[in-house]
Amino acid sequence: MTDLPTPFERFIQGILPENPVYRQLLGLCPTLAVTNGLKPALTMAAAVGVVLLSANIIISLIRHLLKPHLRIVVFTLTIATFVTIVDRLLAAYMYQMSKTLGPYIPLIIVNCIIICRCEVCASRQNILAASADAVGQAIGFGLALTGIAVIREVLGTGMIAGFQIMPAAWPSWVIMVLPPGAFLTFGLLLALVNWIDATRSNKKG
Amino acid sequence: MKPTLKIGSTGAFGRFRNSNFAQAWLILVLALIFGSALAAVQVNLSGVIAANKLNETLERIPELIWGTAKAAKLASENASVDITPGTVMIKKDHKTAYYSLFRVIHESKLAGWVIKAGGQGYADKIEILIGLDPGENIITGLFVLEQKETPGLGNKIIFPVWRNQFIRKKTNTPLVVAKGNIQAPNAIDAVTGATISSRSVTGIVNRTIGDVKGRLTPETIRFYERQL
Repeated sequence: MTDLPTPFERFIQGILPENPVYRQLLGLCPTLAVTNGLKPALTMAAAVGVVLLSANIIISLIRHLLKPHLRIVVFTLTIATFVTIVDRLLAAYMYQMSKTLGPYIPLIIVNCIIICRCEVCASRQNILAASADAVGQAIGFGLALTGIAVIREVLGTGMIAGFQIMPAAWPSWVIMVLPPGAFLTFGLLLALVNWIDATRSNKKG
Repeated sequence: MKPTLKIGSTGAFGRFRNSNFAQAWLILVLALIFGSALAAVQVNLSGVIAANKLNETLERIPELIWGTAKAAKLASENASVDITPGTVMIKKDHKTAYYSLFRVIHESKLAGWVIKAGGQGYADKIEILIGLDPGENIITGLFVLEQKETPGLGNKIIFPVWRNQFIRKKTNTPLVVAKGNIQAPNAIDAVTGATISSRSVTGIVNRTIGDVKGRLTPETIRFYERQL
């Protein structure tokens, strides 16, 4: 167990060095689908964060009881439960947002970020490390979604979270709020992250 | 120490240990706990969620009866619109069907009906609201209240550009889903790549109209006392 990362390392790794979107390329379905506005992107990030934290805590608590050949079933059962709870809470208290996000909330069940963290961290480490990992990965996911959503919403509508920030004469690039805009923005941001990483590596080398 | 699967254990205990039941005890216990938690969540939140749906339905009803422009005009004039919810019981072919409906009265005259109907879509249940004129001869509007169809394909049934095709369709002929050729007056153009979702909604509309047309009478409808 000594070679596993400490809780602090887990936390930091999730934000940038092992960012789920830009470094692990996981959870791309919601990343592309709900980032046409900042509000849905933040709601999705929060929903994933709650499910990730809850699932990591439960899996860490029962990690000694897991049988290797049944662990994935336990992960899925746990994740599905918390996703259903989040889905119902959104439908009750954020009804319009729940309708906006539609099937993407139930689809968190198959979001690879969560099952990956259960497998990589929660099923092997204590509750502190599992929680730190979940919070770090959730922040990393939230930052990734926020970055894409801000660019798409500003260029696509001239607004951010519904508030006009671009001049009235701004010709909204409608393509940015459509699916191609998601791929373009994500591709360019991914290239930027890789370029920064390569530049830093060259300087160190 | 992690428990491991011991293939080849002998004796009654060994057989029990290797049985599916003993292997899956954790899953069974978790399913019981999680199931109870979900039941508790459902019991506590179902009322709030139902109220949200009802509010959305009430907001949509004027648009389903008069169309967006006139509904907005009536709202700006603060016109009095009486919406009375009820249930209609339809007995047909030895079967009994129930529909939630809303009677809309404006200036002391029946302005139309809004029927809530549901059916199986491609991915999950689809719930829709159908607006009908007072004589139940013409569809005046359609709104998709709930769906979980494929994003980017089947979920296009929610957009006005598709659902507005139903407006002004006559109810005396069942609607048919067409691909590209929408010359026939009873044809609905299918969503590209989502024929099943299109057929599901059209099928729900046909079945509902087939059930309720000519049967919205005081004998079949039970109105709730509270006017909305």
